[in-house]
Amino acid sequence: MNELTFEVGGGECLALFGPNGAGKTTLLRVLAGLLRPTSGTARIGGVTLPGGGADARAAVGLISHQTMLYAALTPRENVEFTARLYGVPSPRDSALRALTRMRLEDRADSPVRSLSRGMQQRVSIARAIVHDPHVVLLDEPYTGLDETGAAALSDALESLKASGAALILVTHHLGEGLAIATHTAIMRDGRFVKHEPRGTVDFETYRDAYRDAVMR
Amino acid sequence: MFAAAALIAQKDLAIEFRTRSAFLAALVFSLLAIVIFFFAWDATAVSATDLAPGVLWVIFTFSGLLGLHRSFGVEEADRAIDALLASPVEREAVFLGKALANFAFVLGVQAVAIPAVALFYNLPLTRVLGPLVGIAVLAAIGLVSIGTLFSAMAANTRLAELLLPVLSLPFFVPVVLPAAQSTARLLAGRPVAEAMSWLRILIAFDIVFVVACALAFPFTLED
Repeated sequence: MNELTFEVGGGECLALFGPNGAGKTTLLRVLAGLLRPTSGTARIGGVTLPGGGADARAAVGLISHQTMLYAALTPRENVEFTARLYGVPSPRDSALRALTRMRLEDRADSPVRSLSRGMQQRVSIARAIVHDPHVVLLDEPYTGLDETGAAALSDALESLKASGAALILVTHHLGEGLAIATHTAIMRDGRFVKHEPRGTVDFETYRDAYRDAVMR
Repeated sequence: MFAAAALIAQKDLAIEFRTRSAFLAALVFSLLAIVIFFFAWDATAVSATDLAPGVLWVIFTFSGLLGLHRSFGVEEADRAIDALLASPVEREAVFLGKALANFAFVLGVQAVAIPAVALFYNLPLTRVLGPLVGIAVLAAIGLVSIGTLFSAMAANTRLAELLLPVLSLPFFVPVVLPAAQSTARLLAGRPVAEAMSWLRILIAFDIVFVVACALAFPFTLED
């Protein structure tokens, strides 16, 4: 990544598009505290990265196309484990609330390995939002989701946005991203080649702009 | 930090309790090794008390590796490690939690292997049980410290199963050597005081390895 400067406020969603290898996932991993940038800083909720450490990480929820779950544990155990790591009050109840939000309350006590890929992804989302994060980083979160799962995720993201969380959504699918974004950016070779408010641009116009930006 | 470490250890033990994969593998390996050593043993050439310490520590070392490999294997399966590292938990707490779970694993294997070796080699276990358990616990501290560090390093590689023993075994030597020597003295009926010089070395290496591995651990997780 190089010469990357942007800001996402509470209640906003930045949809980040770009071809493979553009640096989208790397950017999310830096913001999640999983990668240390060679130079530059990021500020999350007033805490500066790198160096902010635990305080910055406490404000972030990370959702990826990999579920980041323990297959031998149940959804309730997975989400409750995360709730306890983040010091959430009443972790058991909070875990069940998060699972209910993702419409998984009836499968809360089945082992994760027995769930479908889409259900596992919904558990992963419940895990990422159980501590009501101020910033949610989403790396291709719709991968593997069926219609119910995608609807539950969209509802959860709208609700997080409404509650004042800042969302950064990385996706290859322009439609998904544009549906929820307040801002959009196109990334190529580690830089933003286009970054603007979502506005009222329609899908076709943005798709043409995306092709121009990526092919240029 | 200790609360988070306890939470991580509890989670690892819950996973192992559900799957029992590594523990059963370690137990089967231990019992098989005891049987093979027993049938390869010429009782007229080597006495049981001379052979048993070597058998015990070979078993503890290699069965421990099975559990240590699993330690970060469960985190890599679907990148659960990313969720753990993105949480506000300090890296040192992750090390401590993993080491605690591995410690319980190694003690569990020792709890079965020690009586089994005593049974096969007709060792006077009741006479030396207290000090022997003390040596086993002290050695387990060193082994799991080293093993937890190298398990984290090896887990992210394609040759994890090969890399873990290659990296760990040379560092196990300063722990296994005094442990085996003090066990030999105990089983030979010598007073505990005679094993004290070896035990001091074991304790010194435990301290060095626990501190060094805890300090080095956060760097093994950096991409």
